[in-house]
Amino acid sequence: MYELFENLGTWLVSDAQWSGPDGIGHRLAEHLQYSLLATLIAAAIGLPLGLLIGHTGKGAFVAINLASFGRALPTVGLVVLVFLAGGLSMLPVYVALVALAVPAIVTNTYAGMTAVDPDVKDAARGQGMRGHQVLAHVELPLALPLIMTGLRLALIQVVATATIAAYVSFGGLGRYVFDGLAQRDLVQVLGGAVLVALVAVVLDVGLAGLQRFLFRHRTA
Amino acid sequence: MTLDWSWISGHTDDLTTLTLSHLQAALTAVLLGLLISLPLAVVAHRVRPLRGFLLGISNVLFTIPSIAIFVLLLPVSGLTRTTTVIGLTIYTLVVLLRNTVEGLDSVPLKTKEAAKAMGTRPLRTLLTVELPLALPVIMAGVRIATVMSISLVSVATYIGDGGLGQLFTDGFQRNFPTPVIAGVALTILLAVAADALLVALQYVLTPWKRRRA
Repeated sequence: MYELFENLGTWLVSDAQWSGPDGIGHRLAEHLQYSLLATLIAAAIGLPLGLLIGHTGKGAFVAINLASFGRALPTVGLVVLVFLAGGLSMLPVYVALVALAVPAIVTNTYAGMTAVDPDVKDAARGQGMRGHQVLAHVELPLALPLIMTGLRLALIQVVATATIAAYVSFGGLGRYVFDGLAQRDLVQVLGGAVLVALVAVVLDVGLAGLQRFLFRHRTA
Repeated sequence: MTLDWSWISGHTDDLTTLTLSHLQAALTAVLLGLLISLPLAVVAHRVRPLRGFLLGISNVLFTIPSIAIFVLLLPVSGLTRTTTVIGLTIYTLVVLLRNTVEGLDSVPLKTKEAAKAMGTRPLRTLLTVELPLALPVIMAGVRIATVMSISLVSVATYIGDGGLGQLFTDGFQRNFPTPVIAGVALTILLAVAADALLVALQYVLTPWKRRRA
């Protein structure tokens, strides 16, 4: 057991492991690229949806059920399914990652919008603001902290799950996990797992800190 | 991509076995998660300084990818069902712990004071007053944890377990979509059914909520 961790330590810090196309640097860049792109696509879908549902108050039922449906979807199955239907491309990975991220974004955006005090919205309307002005100048800024929490949660889940890209022969940090499993090389598997966990934890802590900094003047 | 119905009708026994094994892994994890998080939540609720610490730890555990958790457990428990269950249990902890603490927090102070004034001992207050009143929030956590676990079991296919997840590996390796479609459908069905049962259970367990509705 001790030897295993010693080997793991050596694996993580050796220069050879960090350079080249199969090096940690390159795999890390791939991993982040997949994760950020998937989260951006999910935000482009989830944000307008959450804002619309929150602003109109219609379709709340849809939002809540979308969330539990999203949680029930088995990601591995989704990747394999899209892979078998559409062939070898990054599409299955992005479909699965986006499907994973959209519910978190929609539900948190919606939650942020419903938490806006109705009196404040009434006051804005009373001053003659139009619906879209209330949305852009009152609801959106007030809902922003929760919206950002949703984006953060989505990104963390996506980073954790982007491991799966390697399952359908692409790169990212999951490469080490799946190659290691195939080669029965436990050190490599553990190295990959530790790296993914580390990236997820660092991003989560960093973004939470950024959020606290941005909204430091808010009391709630 | 077409569904091969004859494969499904020829493999109903396998599908049943996998579904039951899938359900067993998820339910064991949720039950273990409850057993661990209930006492921890009571501690976090009563001892303020420990609260942030316990919730913080469970949050960090949650950010670790599921495949990574399973893999990290390999040196400890190997390619076994135990690894699957431990991994899933760790995931349920964050939801169960947070919701149980929030549920206990939501019990009105006056209710607790009334129980104290009537001479009810702390443990009895916890069991007969606080926990029942916290039940709706706790059950919301149990529902999320259950649905999440059911969906996550399939990740354990990479370490040779995974219940219905084995259908994904099988379909992937043979380039044959039918088992994959069946696996996804059964997983969703299982999650929806379990969720509905939990809603029914909550209805039965909280009779005082019904009169107001």
